[in-house]
Amino acid sequence: MSQAQLTREVARRVFASEFNDSTYSFKESDDERAPNYALLPTGDRANRVFIVGTLTETEDVGDESEYWRGRVVDPTGTFFVYAGQYQPEAASVLRDTEPPAYVAIVGKPRTYETDDGSVNVSVRPETIAIVDDDTRDRWVVETAERTLDRIEAFEEWDAEQEAPEGASTAPGNEYAQMARERYDSPVENYRRDVIQALESLEDVDTEAQASV
Amino acid sequence: MSDVRQHADDIHDQFSDHLDVDIDDVEQRLTTLVDEYKVPMDEARRSVTNHYLEEAGLEREDIAGGGSEAANVEDVDEPEQWIDLTAKVIELWEPRSDSIAQVGLLGDPTGTIKFTKWAKSDLPSLEEGGVYSLQNVVTDEYQGRYSVKLNSTTVVEELDEELEVGDDTSEVEGALVDMQSGSGLIKRCPKDDCTRVLQNGRCNEHGEVEGEFDLRIKGVLDDGIDAHEVIFDKDATEELTGISLEEAKDMAMDALDTTVVADEIIEKIVGTYYRIEGPTFGRYVLADNVEELDGPVDAEALLIKARSM
Repeated sequence: MSQAQLTREVARRVFASEFNDSTYSFKESDDERAPNYALLPTGDRANRVFIVGTLTETEDVGDESEYWRGRVVDPTGTFFVYAGQYQPEAASVLRDTEPPAYVAIVGKPRTYETDDGSVNVSVRPETIAIVDDDTRDRWVVETAERTLDRIEAFEEWDAEQEAPEGASTAPGNEYAQMARERYDSPVENYRRDVIQALESLEDVDTEAQASV
Repeated sequence: MSDVRQHADDIHDQFSDHLDVDIDDVEQRLTTLVDEYKVPMDEARRSVTNHYLEEAGLEREDIAGGGSEAANVEDVDEPEQWIDLTAKVIELWEPRSDSIAQVGLLGDPTGTIKFTKWAKSDLPSLEEGGVYSLQNVVTDEYQGRYSVKLNSTTVVEELDEELEVGDDTSEVEGALVDMQSGSGLIKRCPKDDCTRVLQNGRCNEHGEVEGEFDLRIKGVLDDGIDAHEVIFDKDATEELTGISLEEAKDMAMDALDTTVVADEIIEKIVGTYYRIEGPTFGRYVLADNVEELDGPVDAEALLIKARSM
């Protein structure tokens, strides 16, 4: 039976390195109000993300009205978060928080093209909350797991592409296909980032190293 | 067969058990609406069907709209589906209206659901604790909660077997990513059995009333794969936030504004990971058991997997 109600968009878990590479955005229909998605290079779409990291710097970059930029760092890179007059709660958290601090952010991916033609990806926050280091660590592990799941699905799809014609039995992977068409960076890069992120968690590395 | 004739045939079939309908008469009525009055076919069908319903003294529920299929209670997630259930009568409640013969709760191994049996459907009486095969019941929805209705086309058969009834409890885990409007310190309608949440001091049913304060949270718990809506009632909200109803009222009084309570709560809970267990109502999980996930996490297994990929 089908879902009658409009479902809420899930908040994807994605590390900064992959998020910042998600430069292609698209809609699924021509409807004006259709949701906007960022294409993740590991083959999924994201209308919303949940990120946890260290707020290292805040700055009001607005001209006439306040427009706050925050740098939020995870083990793989930096998220850029922008909040202005239309995100008053998030803007006030950026204004009032003294970095460094662990923050959890729910927000939407936004892209903009710079003067030199490159595309930057940033987060437009819905909420920003101050959290503790346990929450940060949990997010790193959770995001590693979700990212590995995406990579696995991508590689299964990829293997099918090389199989002889007609032998394919794997389900289609629409967004892996799209990522292959739109992006150059191999998904292997994001697997390395996952390893790096997990290794950055304290107490983990030595024991796991022994079993490799 | 022409298009109109086909529709006329469908309608004729639906009523053949109840009414002596002439298929040409059905076609004539459809043609008039479609050709002469330029009514779209689905609207014309609806109108003609209603005409015969009235003539036969039937309700829409009484005529089957095609075949029904076997289903479990947990599958019910859409109104106006015709299904067959094998279920146990867990409880019978007092009907509130003369048009209802029996009302109560059915259960099968996948969960529980409310049922209503119409007085005019003239079906055998269901016994509490009895297990029945119920063929051709129709699903209904009210405010996100589903029920099934037994009607005059339903076939009831008592089964001589025991049926284990599962509870609808689910367990969800994830980060609390949003708190929805209608959370925090709210006012409910004080009328008997109403308890609707007031909007600007007004109850949808009873108009302007002197509301009673209550605490609740409507939140979204998200694990990166699914977003679940969770409801914390007064007790769960007090335990989660450490703010009692009395304290919440004092806070609102001091600020001359009830929204300060929601603001305070949102700061405490958004961005935190929880495991929540409780019964499901439609798309909501009612938070009976709440555990904050703040212990250490195991990254080793994942690291081994990542290295071996």
